[in-house]
Amino acid sequence: MKKNFKNNITRRKLMKGVAAAGSIAAMPGFVRYSQAASSSPIKIGFQVHRTGIGAAYGRWYDRTTQAAVKILNDAGGVNGRPIEIVAEDDGTDPKRGAEALEKFANQHNCDVAFGTLFSHVVIGSAPRAGELKLPYFVVSEGHHVASGMLNRYTLQPGITDVKSQVQAMAPFVKENVGKKVTMIYPDFAFGHDHRDYFSAAFEAQGGEIVGKVPIPPTESSFSKYFPKIPRDTEVIYHVMVGPAVLTFVKELGEFYGSKSPKLFGFIDSLEAVDLNTPGLEFLDGSYFWEGNPRYAQANQTEHDKFYRNAVGVDANGASVSDPKDVSTYAHMFGCWETLHIIKKGMEESGYAGPGDRAKLIEAVESMSNMPLSQAHPQGAKIFNGKTHQTFGHQYITKMTNGKLVLAHTTSIEDTFYPDEVDYTKQSF
Amino acid sequence: MDLGPYLLFASLEGLVHAAVLSLIALGLSLVFGVMRIVNVAHGEFFMLGAILAWWVSSFVLGNPALGFLLALLVAPIIAGIIAMFSDWLILKHLKYDPEATIIATIGILYIIQQAALMTFGPDARPVEQPFNVRLDLYWFGFSAYKFFVIFASIILLLSVWLVMAKTKFGLLLRATQLDSETAQAFGIPISTVYSLVFGAGAAIAAVGAVLIVPIQQAHYLMGGEPLLLAFIVVIIGGLGSLRGTVAAAVLIGMSDGIISVFFSPTLAKILATLLVVFVLLIRPNGLFGTAKV
Repeated sequence: MKKNFKNNITRRKLMKGVAAAGSIAAMPGFVRYSQAASSSPIKIGFQVHRTGIGAAYGRWYDRTTQAAVKILNDAGGVNGRPIEIVAEDDGTDPKRGAEALEKFANQHNCDVAFGTLFSHVVIGSAPRAGELKLPYFVVSEGHHVASGMLNRYTLQPGITDVKSQVQAMAPFVKENVGKKVTMIYPDFAFGHDHRDYFSAAFEAQGGEIVGKVPIPPTESSFSKYFPKIPRDTEVIYHVMVGPAVLTFVKELGEFYGSKSPKLFGFIDSLEAVDLNTPGLEFLDGSYFWEGNPRYAQANQTEHDKFYRNAVGVDANGASVSDPKDVSTYAHMFGCWETLHIIKKGMEESGYAGPGDRAKLIEAVESMSNMPLSQAHPQGAKIFNGKTHQTFGHQYITKMTNGKLVLAHTTSIEDTFYPDEVDYTKQSF
Repeated sequence: MDLGPYLLFASLEGLVHAAVLSLIALGLSLVFGVMRIVNVAHGEFFMLGAILAWWVSSFVLGNPALGFLLALLVAPIIAGIIAMFSDWLILKHLKYDPEATIIATIGILYIIQQAALMTFGPDARPVEQPFNVRLDLYWFGFSAYKFFVIFASIILLLSVWLVMAKTKFGLLLRATQLDSETAQAFGIPISTVYSLVFGAGAAIAAVGAVLIVPIQQAHYLMGGEPLLLAFIVVIIGGLGSLRGTVAAAVLIGMSDGIISVFFSPTLAKILATLLVVFVLLIRPNGLFGTAKV
């Protein structure tokens, strides 16, 4: 009796199940997926530093990404398919970065991954991207892409790398700032790129590196490092990252006052920091590298104007809604440009789904000239498909009356160096 | 830089470090001395003090000194109340069992850290120095505010000592520390004393944080390093010993400052940890600890 009853229920359950499955299939959302893959969104996994030491960058990378996606989707998306961003916090941590890529590939079925800045997260995540066969578009500046350290699935088409940046800076520093340089840099991959490539380029120019001061990335107080700066230093070359950058610059000012050697800094030392913070007055007259000038310049292009407006940044480089919320303007354009490149690559390769990932990478590898345009508001670029690295103009600005004013723009050719790898020879 | 000024600079840096460290370690030591529990969440109360200082001072426009003074008053009180609340909610129910409280305070550590992240965001927050004066010492410049930090810490340490040695509340604390059961038999409200001590420990760390944020910045992850150093200080000085804590803080702070400046900050941390090992081997109760601890 009991068994019989159970059987009845099973049959009823089965019928209910069939009905339920039918009704789910009939729901509008599912119809679209099953009938037409071509109208389902392109999913881009966005590895973002929401927390951890990269949080300020993450906030602005996120805003830039959202703005770019809105512009792209309003213009019809990718081949008529809208772009959907799947954001995942990596905590600015390599291990979590790799986990985020895994989630993109296996849980969210993302088409590509994108967005990372901090070099240790890129280096920690890229091998996983290669194993997952997930195209991984980084916006990191590190030389590790072009050095051949990573793999065919990792590309950096939207932002130039440290090696080309510092190489282009070296002649300017020697001619206009001074010949004896002490470098202060964070003690991990990104800082080591600065140490190695700037000192090589600067010595090739006939300059001299008199001191090297590495600082652990988690350091919160810096005065104790400054006595290590040799007394015959003419120029302090500083590049710092992380939440304590303001402390770093303030303490530098405190230590030297008006008797400071001249300063040449990468704006990284002051990204997301208001330059008019009390204690930073001593920076007046010092030079900065900027990937993209924070302050709208006299020769501002219409494209910068459009991009600035779309992201919601005012002429001083701060959020239009909060003048104290200063952007990471020198870096975040990379997200905007990379998304435009992904769209172009997908359209050129006829990308339809994850099966076409290799075709997408080949399409991006075949790109070369990227003219100044709405898609490339920072300036024209030349992409090297073999090294997966883009090359572009660099800007040097001078702090003048509390604003950074453009002093020099390098040519793209200034940033070239011989290829160190040919990723196109690697198999997929 | 010549050796003389180099040493002077290193000593000044070391003194600032020692001043703040002794406040943090004092809070930790007080809690251990009276309650016999290890508060792993102590660094987070320090962090709370710093972030609250930013939060409070951001309401005050005009002279930065006003915001700072308000923060110096309000931030430690809020941090103390949060500590007393966690004591009431969690530690009391564990009956202050030494092992259980370690696990519980690890939990409190993460709850406070993540709550700070969710409430105040992941950014480093600057607090303006109450007075922005740079003293030019010929070879190098030094912020006058850093001298104030040293001075304020000394005042605070002296007042804690005065409270412990001269007031009735201090007597209750010392009685509880010596023998809590007998103290209870004499009618001392042990649970109130515990709650107040836990709150006071957090508040003292928070004062240290308010003093340091105009030099550093408030950040939700800032509690880790001071916790580690405070443990080192408390172990070297002897758990529960006020005098030992201050002496060890000055020792560690000064050596950290001097070794960092002359050699490298990493070496300073290595040597401090080595010192802990030696102290544990040779004087297991710390330099100033009593045999009972």
